[in-house]
Amino acid sequence: MPIVSNKFNQRVDQIGSSERVKRLFSRSIKKESKFKALHLILSMIDLTTLEGKDSPGKVRQMCYKAAHLHDDFPNLPCVAAVCVYPNLVKVAKDALVGTGIKIASVATGFPSGMATTKEKIIEVRKVVKEGADEVDMVISRGEFLRGNLDFVSEEISAVKEACGGAHLKVILETGELESLDNIREASFLAMESGADFIKTSTGKIAPAAEPTAVLTMLEAIRDYFNKTGKRVGMKPAGGISTAKQGIQYLVMVRETLGHHWLTPDLFRFGASSLANDVLMQIVKQSKGIYQSPYYFSVD
Amino acid sequence: MNKLLKDQSKERWEYSPALESTDHIQLKEKYDLFINGEFCPSESEKYFETINPANEKVIAQVAYASNKDVIRAVSSAKNSYNKYWSKLKPSERGKYIFRIARLIADRAREFAVIETIDGGKPIRESKQVDVPLAAAHFFYYAGWSDKLQFAFHGKTHNPLGVAGQIIPWNFPLLMAAWKIAPALAAGNTVVLKPAETTPLTAMKLAEVIQEADLPPGTVNIIPGDGETGKNLVQNPEINKIAFTGSTEIGKFIQSSLAGSSVKYTLELGGKAANIIFRDAPIDQSVEGIVNSIFFNQGHVCCAGSRLFIQEGIEGEIIDKLKYRMESLILGDPLDKNTDIGAINSKAQLERIDHYVRIGQEEGGKIFQSSCSIPDKGYWFPPTLFTEVSQSHKIVQKEIFGPVLAIQTFRTPKEVINKANNTPYGLSGGIWTDKGSKIFKISKEIQAGVVWANTFNKFDPSSPFGGYKESGIGREGGLQGLLPYVSLD
Repeated sequence: MPIVSNKFNQRVDQIGSSERVKRLFSRSIKKESKFKALHLILSMIDLTTLEGKDSPGKVRQMCYKAAHLHDDFPNLPCVAAVCVYPNLVKVAKDALVGTGIKIASVATGFPSGMATTKEKIIEVRKVVKEGADEVDMVISRGEFLRGNLDFVSEEISAVKEACGGAHLKVILETGELESLDNIREASFLAMESGADFIKTSTGKIAPAAEPTAVLTMLEAIRDYFNKTGKRVGMKPAGGISTAKQGIQYLVMVRETLGHHWLTPDLFRFGASSLANDVLMQIVKQSKGIYQSPYYFSVD
Repeated sequence: MNKLLKDQSKERWEYSPALESTDHIQLKEKYDLFINGEFCPSESEKYFETINPANEKVIAQVAYASNKDVIRAVSSAKNSYNKYWSKLKPSERGKYIFRIARLIADRAREFAVIETIDGGKPIRESKQVDVPLAAAHFFYYAGWSDKLQFAFHGKTHNPLGVAGQIIPWNFPLLMAAWKIAPALAAGNTVVLKPAETTPLTAMKLAEVIQEADLPPGTVNIIPGDGETGKNLVQNPEINKIAFTGSTEIGKFIQSSLAGSSVKYTLELGGKAANIIFRDAPIDQSVEGIVNSIFFNQGHVCCAGSRLFIQEGIEGEIIDKLKYRMESLILGDPLDKNTDIGAINSKAQLERIDHYVRIGQEEGGKIFQSSCSIPDKGYWFPPTLFTEVSQSHKIVQKEIFGPVLAIQTFRTPKEVINKANNTPYGLSGGIWTDKGSKIFKISKEIQAGVVWANTFNKFDPSSPFGGYKESGIGREGGLQGLLPYVSLD
């Protein structure tokens, strides 16, 4: 399969990128626009638990929370999806019946990706069969970094095929790619190999969703759209835990890709504790005071 | 083709107004001249109005300095020079300058709001650039006060006496800092004339100088117009003139000082080339173009008003630039989200209009961002011209507004030739991923400052000034001390 990524200019200036981030993040979002943003953020969350100690009990509790973010407060959206390990997809599926909330499963030897392509395909087929609507795969960073782009591309394509009707999110693990040039190149590679979404991180490597990495990926999505007309989604994940960060990323998306991308169909937050901070802000916005965190359930 | 430009989403997320609070600022209705450490009325008894260019409302009345006032101010500066300032221990001079720096930093928000109200620039810029940089200049030169022997090694340095300083309206407080700080550090006293349309932060600076308890007459601030400036330049007691403004006035100053012993520095106009090579980081270059020409509504002498794009990427760059221009927010300068504020004055708006009309008559292809323009006040949308050449007026003349002229080029030799094909030489910019190219091209561009992969970056430690008709002398850094001393 031909690698098409050199159609695109690959250079990113790290300092220029940080300055752009700083300017975007300094937008002052108040009143109506803040209220709208907070609701939007809730609807974009992939409520996530990816721990070695995850159990069916934990996942069931989280699924209930996903559909009942804060019942004291009317007209709140529910989250976009829950994100779990492959062996818990069935549990989530049962727990979410009738809610409309999607199930995302990490796969392909998450988080390291250190498995054979064959094993990865088997895992992907299994989670899709058991009810995953979305598959969050990891790329083979070792192969990417040693320049074996064909391998990475072919692997993504194979996984995409195994996904069938499920949506494919491709995790670049930007913290391991390190340079913005690499991140840009990996973004194009993933998009051209069939990614429906590109995603920053597994959450297991620091730094996770680093703002310049997110901006670089959004810019790659923009260039890809301009060349091909195809809209690819974006999911920053890891380390996004405050409403303020959430709003800053919405600003980044709005000014890089436009209003059209401000929907859960094209933008998600991978987060475990973001929702409660957003809920606190929503309640504060309408009541004028902060409520104690004890009023917001932790699941 | 940029498909995003056509994107018409129905669901939109617009930013609500986010106004900077103004209740903390203290403004008087009337400002007098600041002479000999005190505020005093003008001998002419004349006052002029300073208005907010964003809504055309009068903010304050400001005393107009007649020639008699100029004479008073200069003699008070001379008196302070002879009696106090030149007699002070250098480290004591430094203490006073540090005190000014600290007071500006303490009142940063107040200065920023007044700068924005008086001049029309976005609060984002006055808060992030103008005021902190002004304080930084005082901090920087305060440190030099007692270290001048290291600045001019092996030579004896002496202050000049009274410095007459005339500053422009585009960075009112910052330019005052650029002028006053090195003059004081080197042991001179000052008579400063702020610009007619933006005198207020200079008058607030006068309050700071009073509070810092400088010996009376060390710094005198006398608002006025061109006539006031002319009287200052021609005053026989002046030992040094520092001017920032148009090349036209610069030439006048130069000719009227010819044959005299008065030292002078001139920081004048520009028409800088900003050069994008094919191997440049594209998205950051586009941001760099925005910073080079739309910063401070393009009221920047070192603005990158001539853009050169290497053929092959001009389509991509221009499409992306247009998209970025559409995301720039034009409006109330006090809104924290405003990117493009008001044009400084009616006269300046007319000048910009005039050149843009010429650009269209000459056949340039115009694009303007589609932002809505407020009813009151002076505004001009971000504008670019394509299909122009070095022979077009809008490529040759300094417009001093948010108007960019774009040309393409093929080879480095060609672009260097064209970049230097201007009477000006204040600044330039290069965008490429290749380090060797940066060194090669920046050496060949005849300009005082050449930025690589960035634009419009300033620091007190970095000298700034022009080649050719962009000026004489340097301000900032070690080099910025030289115009304020005589060396033996």
